[in-house]
Amino acid sequence: MKYLSEYRDPVLAKQILDEISRIVTKPWKIMEICGGQTHSLVKNGILNVLPKEVTMVHGPGCPVCVTPLHLIDKAIYLAEKKEVILCSYGDMIRVPGSKQSLLEAKAQGADVRILYSPLEAVNIAKDNPDKEVIFFAVGFETTAPANALSVLHAHKLGLSNYAILSSHVLVPPAIEAIMSDEETLIDGFLAAGHVCAIMGMKEYYPLAEKFKIPIVVTGFEPLDILQGILMTIKQLEEGRFDVENQYERVVKETGNKNAKKVINEVFRVQDQYWRGIDVIPNSGWGLKEEFKNFDAEYKFPLDLVVAEENKECIAGQIMKGLKKPIDCQHFEKKCNPQNPLGAPMVSSEGACAAYYNFAVV
Amino acid sequence: MSKKIKMELQCPMPKFDFDFITLGHGSGGLLTNKLLDSGVFDVLSNEKLDKRHDGAFLKMDGEIAFSTDSFVISPIFFPGGNIGELAVNGTVNDVAMCGAVPKYISLSFILEEGLPMTDFWKILVSIKNACDASGVLVVTGDTKVVDKGKGDRIFINTTGLGSVHPKANIDILNVKVGDIIIVSNQIATHGISILSVRQGLEFETTIESDTTNLNHSILSLIEEFGEEIHLLRDPTRGGLSSTLNEISRDAKKGITLQDADIPIDNQVRSACEILGLDPLYTANEGVFIAIVSKEKAENILDKMKSFENCKHAAIIGSVVSDHPQKVVITNTMGGKRVVSMQVGEQLPRIC
Repeated sequence: MKYLSEYRDPVLAKQILDEISRIVTKPWKIMEICGGQTHSLVKNGILNVLPKEVTMVHGPGCPVCVTPLHLIDKAIYLAEKKEVILCSYGDMIRVPGSKQSLLEAKAQGADVRILYSPLEAVNIAKDNPDKEVIFFAVGFETTAPANALSVLHAHKLGLSNYAILSSHVLVPPAIEAIMSDEETLIDGFLAAGHVCAIMGMKEYYPLAEKFKIPIVVTGFEPLDILQGILMTIKQLEEGRFDVENQYERVVKETGNKNAKKVINEVFRVQDQYWRGIDVIPNSGWGLKEEFKNFDAEYKFPLDLVVAEENKECIAGQIMKGLKKPIDCQHFEKKCNPQNPLGAPMVSSEGACAAYYNFAVV
Repeated sequence: MSKKIKMELQCPMPKFDFDFITLGHGSGGLLTNKLLDSGVFDVLSNEKLDKRHDGAFLKMDGEIAFSTDSFVISPIFFPGGNIGELAVNGTVNDVAMCGAVPKYISLSFILEEGLPMTDFWKILVSIKNACDASGVLVVTGDTKVVDKGKGDRIFINTTGLGSVHPKANIDILNVKVGDIIIVSNQIATHGISILSVRQGLEFETTIESDTTNLNHSILSLIEEFGEEIHLLRDPTRGGLSSTLNEISRDAKKGITLQDADIPIDNQVRSACEILGLDPLYTANEGVFIAIVSKEKAENILDKMKSFENCKHAAIIGSVVSDHPQKVVITNTMGGKRVVSMQVGEQLPRIC
């Protein structure tokens, strides 16, 4: 625990803040990619202690928020089948589909279980041979190794009653899409530390070069984020656009070789639809042909009517960093965590919910 | 002061005809009577219960505090306790929060067919121990059995009665600007101990539930400080944040908290970090919040710290005229944020 409290030291935080104030000479907009960083920024009140020149823009890095609506509908449809046990990470189950959420389906009798690890779902499949166990495998590169491992594990055990409903999204293509948007205002990025802990830093060099933007791989504790911001500002003020690593205690240049091996064994890159944004080319992972029997979409083919998003929700503009949650006319009024218009208000990592739950005074 | 009750099979379980609860045990007939005779009545025996009337005859002085609670916890056995002592302590504490001395409780079981008799017996014995520790008598009760699948092994309802202490004046209207907020012990311990044994979430820890009776500590405080104690609440479900939001809303005043001052065990804090949960929203059992006069706050805190079940008591904030009906926390970085009421169940985050 000492390891954590050290990264929340208010005296050190003040020193970094003073240093940011000292070197900053003009306004900069920095996007933190990851929802976990947004959560930490807001929860720790960092937004209201940063100098006014620094604007943090909240990126699309909440996997719950960008999971397509039709996939949530599909998860609910599957969960309602008598023979199915649908397993999911916790914050996915409250996200509204077009008609209801998994939580509501559970209340009506669907067997929906909250797990911390997909390997637990494989155990459930082993213990319930007469049931079909489906894991709702959403996430960025961070959750991919465990999800892939669950498939390998089920394959090794010879289980035919385990499948994943996969919605995996990748960070670098998202940065590419955001920077290619003509309206973009972003000057620099804090890359998601835990994503890089898996994937390493190699993918980010071409992006920094192409768009002439600094990218700093950053952790999640208050001091990590402040230091990441300082490193980004320093580059901007000096006119540099390098890839730097603030989160050295966790992230290695090459990432985690074993995790990448497992991912490559099970997944292939595909185009991916991001809720609230659009299809981003090569921005997702789907199961490889040889593992198609573990793919819930292949195993339970169904064409649901793709429901339309609520047009009043400006999730896309928020997740691309063009608007802040408080810029939305429905924020806190028509749209709140009890009655969300769109996904960023549902997951605690969504920018809107973070603003709502941890409102800056 | 009340010590933590360790569950033990102090009295040997009588010989029952069945190893499991059956529908017949709730029929009101012979099996029910056998279960009650050699089980419930024998263990919980007291003069009022032994009359075995439809209701209890009670004499009580002055103003009465009255509270009820149902217990549906899963799992029914958890590190540091079980549903039985929880059902007694929960209601005893609710009555104590009224500034009252709890005296009598009712005890109703809804049992699911198939509950092992040994489990029922363990729960019954811990109910008895919890009653003895807090000094209350079970004076009336009920036992029903539901079909397998229609319950979750055992549900318990308890209702408590107590006499309000003549020196007590507990009222939301007494909460004033300037009042000091004290929390009696480390928070979030109970919620994390339950999570640590929930199916699918098992993790190794020595965290035990803090379930305990708080009535003796409350009584000592009221006797010494009387009206200086303006409000008492136990922040069970929904955690500290929900209870403080309720107080702020009902008192129509603001509450400010200092994050660094909120006592929390390091293991519990780490577990919350790992599980993606916020300790402010995590359930407590053996913890209360006291809102007290500014003048006596330090004295009250010192007294509390002398009790075994309040040894980590701390001043965590105050009542303010700013931001009425909002709870605002200042974190260690100096940033401020609103602590809102929890929406629905607390759900763990993905990453």
